Amino acid sequence: MLTTTDLKRTPQIIEATYESPTAERLEKIWKSEPGLRGWLSTVDHKAIGKRYLITAFAFLVIGGLEALIMRLQLARPEQHLLTPDQYNHLFTMHGLTMIFLYALPILSGFSNFLWPLLLGSRDMAFPRLNAFSYWVYLFSGIFLYLALLHDRTPDAGWFNYVPYTLRSYDPGQGMDIYALGMVLLGISTTVGSSNFVVKLLRMKAPGLSINRVPIIIWGTLTASVGNLFAVPAVSLAFFLLWTDRNFQTHFFDPAHGGHPLLWQHLFWMFGHPWVYAIVLPAMGIVSDGLPIFCRRPLVGYTMVALSTVLTMFIGFGVWVHHMFATGLPPQSLSFFSAASMVIVLPSAVAVFAWIATIFTGRPVYKTPFYFFAGFVFLFTLGGVSGFMTAAVPVDWQLTDTYFVVAHLHYVLLGINFFPVIAGIYMWFPKFTGRMMSERLGKWNFWTMFIGFNLAFFPMHWLGLAGMPRRIYTYPPGMGWDWSNMAASIGSFLFAFGILLFLINVALSLRRGEIAGPNPWDGSSLEWSTPSPPPSFNFVVIPTIATRHPLWEDRLQEGEGGSRLGQGMLLDNGRETISTNALNGEPEAILKMPGDSITPLLATVTLTAMFVGMLYHWWWLVLASVLASVAVCVAWLWPTAALGQTAGEHHG
Amino acid sequence: MNRLPYAALLCLPATAAMAQADGPMGYLKTFGPAADPAARLNWGLLIISSLVVIIIGVLVLYAALRKRAPVRLDSRGYPPVQPDSGGTSWIYIGTGISTVVLLGCTIWTIMTLSAVAAPHRQPALMLEIIGHQWWWEVRYHGAGKAQVMTSANELHIPVGEPVHIELASDDVIHSFWVPKLGGKTDVIPGQTNFAWLQADKPGVYRGQCGEFCGAQHAHMALFVVAQERPAFDAWFRAQLADAAAPQSGPAVRGREVFAAHCSVCHTVRGAGAAGRLGPDLTHLMSRGTIASGALPNNTGTLHGWIADAQALKPGVRMPRQDLSPEELHAVVDYLQTLQ
Repeated sequence: MLTTTDLKRTPQIIEATYESPTAERLEKIWKSEPGLRGWLSTVDHKAIGKRYLITAFAFLVIGGLEALIMRLQLARPEQHLLTPDQYNHLFTMHGLTMIFLYALPILSGFSNFLWPLLLGSRDMAFPRLNAFSYWVYLFSGIFLYLALLHDRTPDAGWFNYVPYTLRSYDPGQGMDIYALGMVLLGISTTVGSSNFVVKLLRMKAPGLSINRVPIIIWGTLTASVGNLFAVPAVSLAFFLLWTDRNFQTHFFDPAHGGHPLLWQHLFWMFGHPWVYAIVLPAMGIVSDGLPIFCRRPLVGYTMVALSTVLTMFIGFGVWVHHMFATGLPPQSLSFFSAASMVIVLPSAVAVFAWIATIFTGRPVYKTPFYFFAGFVFLFTLGGVSGFMTAAVPVDWQLTDTYFVVAHLHYVLLGINFFPVIAGIYMWFPKFTGRMMSERLGKWNFWTMFIGFNLAFFPMHWLGLAGMPRRIYTYPPGMGWDWSNMAASIGSFLFAFGILLFLINVALSLRRGEIAGPNPWDGSSLEWSTPSPPPSFNFVVIPTIATRHPLWEDRLQEGEGGSRLGQGMLLDNGRETISTNALNGEPEAILKMPGDSITPLLATVTLTAMFVGMLYHWWWLVLASVLASVAVCVAWLWPTAALGQTAGEHHG
Repeated sequence: MNRLPYAALLCLPATAAMAQADGPMGYLKTFGPAADPAARLNWGLLIISSLVVIIIGVLVLYAALRKRAPVRLDSRGYPPVQPDSGGTSWIYIGTGISTVVLLGCTIWTIMTLSAVAAPHRQPALMLEIIGHQWWWEVRYHGAGKAQVMTSANELHIPVGEPVHIELASDDVIHSFWVPKLGGKTDVIPGQTNFAWLQADKPGVYRGQCGEFCGAQHAHMALFVVAQERPAFDAWFRAQLADAAAPQSGPAVRGREVFAAHCSVCHTVRGAGAAGRLGPDLTHLMSRGTIASGALPNNTGTLHGWIADAQALKPGVRMPRQDLSPEELHAVVDYLQTLQ
C-alpha cells in the first residue's frame, strides 16, 4: 500500500542546456505526434496560442472587409450600393466578429503562447481544456457564420436589443444562431479564463512571487476573473432570448409582462467588463514591451499592476453608462456617471507610467516602439472621448451618434489592435525564430497610423454634427458629406496598412533574419528560451529572484539572483512544478496530461448539440449529450503515466 | 514670448466656425434651456479633452525624441540597460492633476444634470409621441381631454414655453432626439418615458430616431416647428378641425379611392377613414415632408410614394398599391385638399 510519504519525491537539481541529452529526452516526452492526428490532438500551449492568433486574425480580416463595404456605402450621401437590409446585416456581423471573434481571442492567443514561458513552466494548468477552449471558439465562430447559409444573418447589432430581436420583429433564423452561438462561445471563454486563473495561482516558477510577474499576466488574470463574473450574464441573456423566441417564455416581451430593459442590464453588465477584458491584456503587452525598447524597467510597476485590477473592479460598476437615455432616475444616473469618471484614474496611472518610461529611458526606434508610442496617443484620445460620454447630459446628445463610433474604435483598435500588432512584431521571433522586416514595419506603422486617424478622427465631428449610428444612408446638406468621404478614404488606407503587415508576415516567415533566443535583449523569461521554444519550454525549471531575470546582472537587483540554467529536473513523463499562490514556493510535482483527440471530439459533440437546438432536432440533442458523456469518460480515463511515482527515480 | 494667449485667441473664431458648421443636427449651438446647459458642458469637456490630447501628444513626442547624452551602444546597437531611476513622480503629478480635473467635471456634470432633468416651470403644453417602425405619431390634447388631435412626424410648439412630452412605443425601441433642443430619451415599449423641450427662437428643428429600430432606422426623422404663440394657436385650431370634403373635380373620385384603398391604415378625420396603422392624414398638406422626413411633400413625391413606397423606402410598412393611373391621380388630388 502506498502512502503519501512514499509519494514524496524531491526532484534532482541539475544544470543542463538546450543541447544536452536531457533536452533530447524531454523533447521525446513532450513532442506531439507528427501528422494530422498529432495536429488535431496536440495540447501544446504554443501551438494552441498560434492557432488562436491566426484564427482571430482571419476573423479580423473578415470583419474588416465587412467594414470596407459599409464605408463604400457611406462615402457619399444617398448611395444605393447596399439595401438597408444588407447594411444592417453587415454592421451586425462586423460588430460581433470584431468584438467576440477577434478582440478577446487574439489576446488569448498571446496569453496562451506566452504564459507558461513567462511563468517558467511547461504548459497551461489544464492543457486539454486549453485545446477544448480553442476548438469551441473556432466552432462557435463557424457556427455564427453558418448564418450566411440561411436567408438571414443576425441584423440587430451586436448589442441585439429586444424587442426588435424577438420573433415577431425578426423572424429569421439568424437571431437564433446568434443567441446559441454566443452561449457556445461563452463556454470557450469560461473554460479559457479558469485555465488562466488556476495557472497563475498554482503554476509559477519557484521564486516567481506575484509581485514579480509581468504586467501582461496581471492584465490577462484580471480579464479572466472579470470574464468568469461577466460571461454568465450574457450567456443567460442569450439563452433567455432563445427561449423567448422558441418557447414563448416572454422574459423580454412587454406585451406579456416582460421587460426590454432586462436585456440591456444583463447585456451591459457583461458588456462593459468585457470592454476591459479586451484591453487590459493588450495594455499589458505595452507595459511589458515598452520597457524593452526604452532600456529600463517599467516606471511604477506596482501602481500599474494595481490599477489594472482596479480598472476591472470599477468596470463592474459602470454598465449603466450604456443606458443613460433609457429613462432611469437622475440619482442613479449620477452614481454611474461619477463611477465612469473615476475609472479614468487607473488609466491615467498607466498613461503617465508609459510616458515616464519613455522619458527616463533610451528609446530604441524599432517598429514595436513606434506602435507603442502611437498607442499611448490613441489611448489618450479614446480615453478622453470616453470621459465625455460619462457626463450624462452630454451623453444624451453623444450616445448613438458617430462620436461613439469614433470613441469605440479608438478604444478597440487603438488599445487592442495597435498593441497586438506591436506584440506580433516583438514576439514574431519567439513564435517563428525569424525577425520581421523593419523597413516594411515602419511603412506598416505610418500607413496604419495615418489611415486609422483619417478614418476615425472625422467621426468625432460627424457625431458632434448629429449623425446617428447604424443608418445605412443619409441625406446631403447635413454637414456630414466631407467627413464621411474622409473616413472612407482613411479606412482604405488603414486596410492597406494591415495588408502591408500581412505581407511582412508572409515574407518574414520565409526570408526573415534568424532571430536567436533574445533579439531585443528583453528581460523576461520567454527570452531565455530558444526561438521558437522547444515543446518542453525549459530544460530545467528556473528559479526566479527578480522581476527582470535576464537583466538582473545589469540592474543590480535581487539577492542571490535567478538561476536559469540550473534547476529541477522533471523528466518522469510530462511534469512541471506547482507552487503556492503568492510567493511561488514549490509545493508539488504536477503530472501533465498528454495529447488527446478528446477535446476536439468533445467540441464536435457539443456543437452538434447546439445545431440540434437550433433546428429543434431533439434526437440530435439527446444523441450528442450521450456522446459528450462518452467523450468525457475517455478524456478523463486514468492512465498509468499520470500516476505519481515515488522515489528519486527518473529516466 | 509666451504664445499661449495668441493660440487661445485663434481658437475663438475656430470654435465659432464649428458652432456655425454643425448643420441641422448639430448641438454645439442649441436653442433652449433643455439643451443649453448640456451644450456648455459639452464645450467645456471638448476643450479639456483637446488640451489633454495635445499635452499628452507633445509629452509622448518629447519623451521619445528628446536629446540624450550619448552612450556606448552594444554590439546590436542597443544602449545599455539602466536601473530603475525613478520617474514615479510623473504618475503622482499626472494622476493628481487628473483627479482634480475629474472631480471638477463630475460636479459640473451633476449640476448640469439637475439643470436639464426637468423644466423649471409648469409646462405650457403636454403632448404624446408614439414611436412606430418607422415614423412618429404625435398626439395633442385639445381643451377637453376627450378631444385628441393626431399628426405625424411634425410637432408644433409655442416659442419660449416648456413642452412636456410623454414617449411611448408601438413596437420596438426608438429614441426621441431633437439635438438643437435637447438630448435623447429612449422610447421603450412597455414603459412611458418623458422628455421636455423648449425653443427660445422660432424655427424648424430637425430630429431623428436615435436608437437602431430596424430596416428604415435611417429614415425616421421628425421636425419641431417653433412658432410664436398666436401662430401656434392658429395652427392648433386648424389642426383640430376635421377635413373638409371636396365638392368637385377628380378629388371627389379620389376620396372614394382613398376610402377603398387607404382608410384601412390611415385616418382622415371627417371622412370616415379611421385606420390606425399609418400616419393620420387629416391635414397632410400642412406638413413639410412625407415618409418621416424621407421625401419633401409635393405632388410628384406623393405620386411616387403611393404607387410604390417600397422603392423609395425599402421595408416600409406601406404596401405597393395597385391603382390605375386615373385612380392614382385622383387620390393625389384628394390628398392635396387635406390642407
